[in-house]
Amino acid sequence: MLKMIQKRLISLVVILFGLSILTFGLTYLLPSDPIEELITSMGSGHDPEVIARLEKQFGTNRPFWVQYTDWIKGVVLHGDFGISVKYNKPVKEVIAQKLPYTVELACTSFLTMILISFPLGILSAVYKDRTADYIIRFMSFVGVSMPSFWFGMILIWILAVNLGWLPVAGSGSWKHIIMPTLTLSIGMSCSYIRRIRAVMVEQLSEEYISGCKSRGVGKARIIFLHVLPNSLLAVVTMLGMSFGGMLGGTMIVEMIFSWNGIGQVCTTAISARDYALIQGYVMWMGFIYVMVNLLVDISYSLIDPRIRRGMAQR
Amino acid sequence: MKRKMSPARTKAWIKFGLIAFFALLFISFALFASFLAPYDPLESHYTHMLEAPGRSFFFGTDQLGRDLYSRILYGGKSSLLIAFAVTGIVSFTGIFIGTAAGFFGGVFDNLLMRFSDMLMAFPGSIFTIALVSFIGVGLPNLILAMSLTGWTFYARISRSLVLSIKNNVYVEQARLGGASNVNILMRYIMPNVLPSLLVNIFQDIGGKLLTISGLSLLGLGSPPPAPEWGFMLSEGKNYMYSAPWMLIFPGLVILISVVIFNLLGDSIQDLMNPRENAW
Repeated sequence: MLKMIQKRLISLVVILFGLSILTFGLTYLLPSDPIEELITSMGSGHDPEVIARLEKQFGTNRPFWVQYTDWIKGVVLHGDFGISVKYNKPVKEVIAQKLPYTVELACTSFLTMILISFPLGILSAVYKDRTADYIIRFMSFVGVSMPSFWFGMILIWILAVNLGWLPVAGSGSWKHIIMPTLTLSIGMSCSYIRRIRAVMVEQLSEEYISGCKSRGVGKARIIFLHVLPNSLLAVVTMLGMSFGGMLGGTMIVEMIFSWNGIGQVCTTAISARDYALIQGYVMWMGFIYVMVNLLVDISYSLIDPRIRRGMAQR
Repeated sequence: MKRKMSPARTKAWIKFGLIAFFALLFISFALFASFLAPYDPLESHYTHMLEAPGRSFFFGTDQLGRDLYSRILYGGKSSLLIAFAVTGIVSFTGIFIGTAAGFFGGVFDNLLMRFSDMLMAFPGSIFTIALVSFIGVGLPNLILAMSLTGWTFYARISRSLVLSIKNNVYVEQARLGGASNVNILMRYIMPNVLPSLLVNIFQDIGGKLLTISGLSLLGLGSPPPAPEWGFMLSEGKNYMYSAPWMLIFPGLVILISVVIFNLLGDSIQDLMNPRENAW
């Protein structure tokens, strides 16, 4: 177990290292030279002396690796991504202020997704080819194909504009979080319903089920003690990936509901060309995603007795 | 003598034919947008601003008096084009790289897997967004960014498929018979790899359509006056009090197009293995 975690931690560092190179390298893809832009904004014309001085001041004339080491040192030691041009304060502060909102939203959505998809998926598998199954299948198929942001807008239109039950946008009370959560979790829930159903249907056709039945084991017992644990394994591996998808999805949802999180910050950063902030956003999202996946892998090995025991033997 | 098709197979073919017909219909609507659209998608009818759906404007008009129906048709053209382009590029490069890695193995295979591990260890949507925001908005950049992150999926699948095929006896026999690597790849491995990937490719188009509309909603698609489904929705959001049709129609069209391509993927899956379908 500890060995596995150790191994995973090493690969985690490698992945984050690669990500940091990609993120830092992005600045080299910029269509415009930041120094040039600065000069034009100062209105001092193309004086080579000024350019040279500025390059020296910002260190952009140094080779890539030197610049990168400087940057990554700041990131790793102090969580420092530089100054955000848009908010006029350190990127670190902006992120510290906004990230909790996004994490809150992602967590509520994740919980909602589990609460929706597991009962419906199980129901659909148990009542295979009956009315309940058909309804759930149809709904989840539509849900998978539906743009979630559209679903969110329709929610606003119905629940907030026409019925006035919930606030249109913003963040604060528990009422604010309902619609963003539903929007963020709907698509994912539907694909999980489909997945859980498929896995469970496959399990239900296994031979051990008829064995159980012939031994007189009750139906509920079969489903919750035999089929569900076996199906869980196939589903849990997906969970980490889905959390990443949700983090990515927060950007659109936060924009629609004016949710005060980091996704919205990134959207404004993009239009304001605030590159330091975008870099900070990407690195933080990558970090959270990788950590969540690590946790999922650990819980996966805890659930699966084969892996658990295999670890103990080694 | 030709064997008779099993009932399950016949059913699968009928289903496929029907859905393929609708898909083609849908595509041709987008392709022939310039013939079918009653108005210029960029033309403003200032006397008909925010007009409700009616006889002269099927889907109503937007805040600048532009015909929504025409805009949706033209928007479909660009959305479908990007979706096809990206899926095509991504599947081709992914399959090419994945097959080569699986077939030849060695250092190249190792490097590739580590690299795709890295790309996969990170939510693709965020990377696409970051990339587009750095290299600038616009269609070519959008296609580039989506392609850069999407190919690993195909590389992985085709690699594992090749690995499971390349040790078959018939491959060995072909090799003993003096077939070259290229020959083996083309005649024995690809025909086994491609069909199962076809399902993935078609199912991917629907997902790509969703991604594209999401990116265009964030303002990362083609710049504003051009009609784009996602961006039309973000405009419609501001007018949902007075003109809900601006919200309803673009969203419905996205939904329908994704449903069609998802169904197409499902029906191809049924064709490929007509055992009891999981869905």
